[in-house]
Amino acid sequence: MTRLELDTTIGPPRRLTTSEEGTIMDTQEIRSSFAIHANRRRIKEWILTKAILGATLVALGVLLYLVGSVLWDGLPYLRSEFFVNFPSRFPDKAGFKSAIYGSMWLGALTLVFAVLLGVSAAVYLQELAGKGRIQSWIELSIATLAGVPSIIYGMLGLGIFVRFFGMGRSVIAGALTLSLLVMPVIIIAAREALKSVPDSIRMGAFALGASRWQTVRDHVLPAATPGIATGVILAMARAMGEAAPLIMLGALTYVAFVPESIFDSFTAMPIQIYNWASRPQAKFHDLAAAGIIVLLGFLVICNSAAIILRSKWGAKKP
Amino acid sequence: MIHTHGSSILETRNLNIYYGQKKVVRNVSLRIPKRTVTALIGPSGCGKSTLLRTFNRMNDFIDSFHYEGEVLFEGSDIYRSRTDVTEFRRRVGMVFQKPNPFTCSIAKNISWGPRINGYQGDLDELVERCLRKAALWDEVKDKLNDSGLALSGGQQQRLCIARAIAMDPEVILMDEPCSALDPQSTLAIEDLIHELRENYTILIVTHNMQQAARVSEHTAFMYNGDLIEYDQTSKIFSQPTEKLTRDYIVGRFG
Ligand SMILES: Nc1ncnc2c1ncn2[C@@H]1O[C@H](COP(=O)(O)OP(=O)(O)OP(=O)(O)O)[C@@H](O)[C@H]1O
Ligand SMILES: [Mg+2]
Repeated sequence: MTRLELDTTIGPPRRLTTSEEGTIMDTQEIRSSFAIHANRRRIKEWILTKAILGATLVALGVLLYLVGSVLWDGLPYLRSEFFVNFPSRFPDKAGFKSAIYGSMWLGALTLVFAVLLGVSAAVYLQELAGKGRIQSWIELSIATLAGVPSIIYGMLGLGIFVRFFGMGRSVIAGALTLSLLVMPVIIIAAREALKSVPDSIRMGAFALGASRWQTVRDHVLPAATPGIATGVILAMARAMGEAAPLIMLGALTYVAFVPESIFDSFTAMPIQIYNWASRPQAKFHDLAAAGIIVLLGFLVICNSAAIILRSKWGAKKP
Repeated sequence: MIHTHGSSILETRNLNIYYGQKKVVRNVSLRIPKRTVTALIGPSGCGKSTLLRTFNRMNDFIDSFHYEGEVLFEGSDIYRSRTDVTEFRRRVGMVFQKPNPFTCSIAKNISWGPRINGYQGDLDELVERCLRKAALWDEVKDKLNDSGLALSGGQQQRLCIARAIAMDPEVILMDEPCSALDPQSTLAIEDLIHELRENYTILIVTHNMQQAARVSEHTAFMYNGDLIEYDQTSKIFSQPTEKLTRDYIVGRFG
């Protein structure tokens, strides 16, 4: 039996010689085995897709239930008094004011320290430092630090800032501790952002006789800023939600005043929530839920800002 | 032979270039006379870009790069002289294969280099002068504050040339400046090179034989790291001495 087969080279179809027929048969066998394979793959893919969808729905369901129950419990307490009252023994009078102010102080200071130190470190490591042994050691340390549990940072802060530098249980000690906590995350995010700036920009600047620092300052950093800002916002969201290191530091849980300087003692939203949630009275649990709503609101705003920045940045890239 | 009248602005002597163990430029000795356009041609991977990048030390950014021999600019060795490398890059500008304008405005693209290098004059006037020289002024004079990235590829490349000119360099190195451009923009840049030759020494890498023939006075043909032939462009294209050169020019390989 002879077949006509289109040759890949240009020209009319030609008759195959007998010796070539064998190879054609093989090709057909391979093709049909491809078909079987494709079928199996389709089934597998279908099962996997459904399984993943199921898992997602379960996770989403649990999340919705949690948020729903928090809203149910907490919303009735979200009156104006909740924001202007200090905590109290009486749940009906208790408010979130000192926690909100404390968190704002902590957040602002942490932002300043973490951005200054974190971005400088990232710029140094990514743009200015060579590739020596010390650099790779520093890199490894940072990657490791990013995975250290937050309570360890609390112990570090207690040892260094509270005791050694004698800052006491102050806002500044808390902010410095939180800065240490989020710094590895910021450094890693900022380095990624710097890395994604195309080298052609740097080369263009160097070819004009610019120094490394001039190049980074005027071209690389501005181009990386949206990426850096995204990382910083996400890191700040994490810092605002941390209770463990602050409790370790000895932040107060009952504070009937607002910090007025960086050396005042403080409380913070997650600590107040933790405190309320651990009381026996059910009404305090509802207060905790109200606190969670405020904290969640803040986190949602942070994350939305990060998403908006990222998508705008992505759209603008050439 | 190339007559340099004793005033070569760039020169290599027995230059060998390595990336790690790999030797990519072999024993190249070359003298580039002042205020000429020299084309560097040869098949892909023969070391043209590598050679070009040594002239403004852009190879320094490649970790595995090392070299033997001498590279002279105005008679002094650029790798050994005590002059700062940034100072030296100001005098030897570069235009890259892919247009790479900065993300800032058109005007800032041009004024940035002079500004960071302490230019005292009027920056607005400088921007206009350079854009005019780069034959771009009429197209962008109404949008100097728009982003440099908002221009077409050809306009971006002319912006990059204007940016290089703004430093008032003595030499401009161009690595396939037209390879990402359409014929129209290519012509515009070739015209520009014609204009610039009066004041600058230009070294241009190109894969386009017609372009080499059109814009250059001298042509250097490289093959596999060796400098095979270096002569008047008219001579290279009409009666090359080496068989390799002839084969390359008629398109037998490369
Ligand atoms: N950064 C690098 N590291 C290692 N080897 C490199 C590097 N850049 C280039 N090479 C090698 O050096 C040789 C010369 O490269 P070069 O870029 O100079 O060639 P070219 O003549 O410009 O080629 P093309 O015409 O394709 O641009 C090539 O073999 C290339 O693989
Ligand atoms: Mg090249």
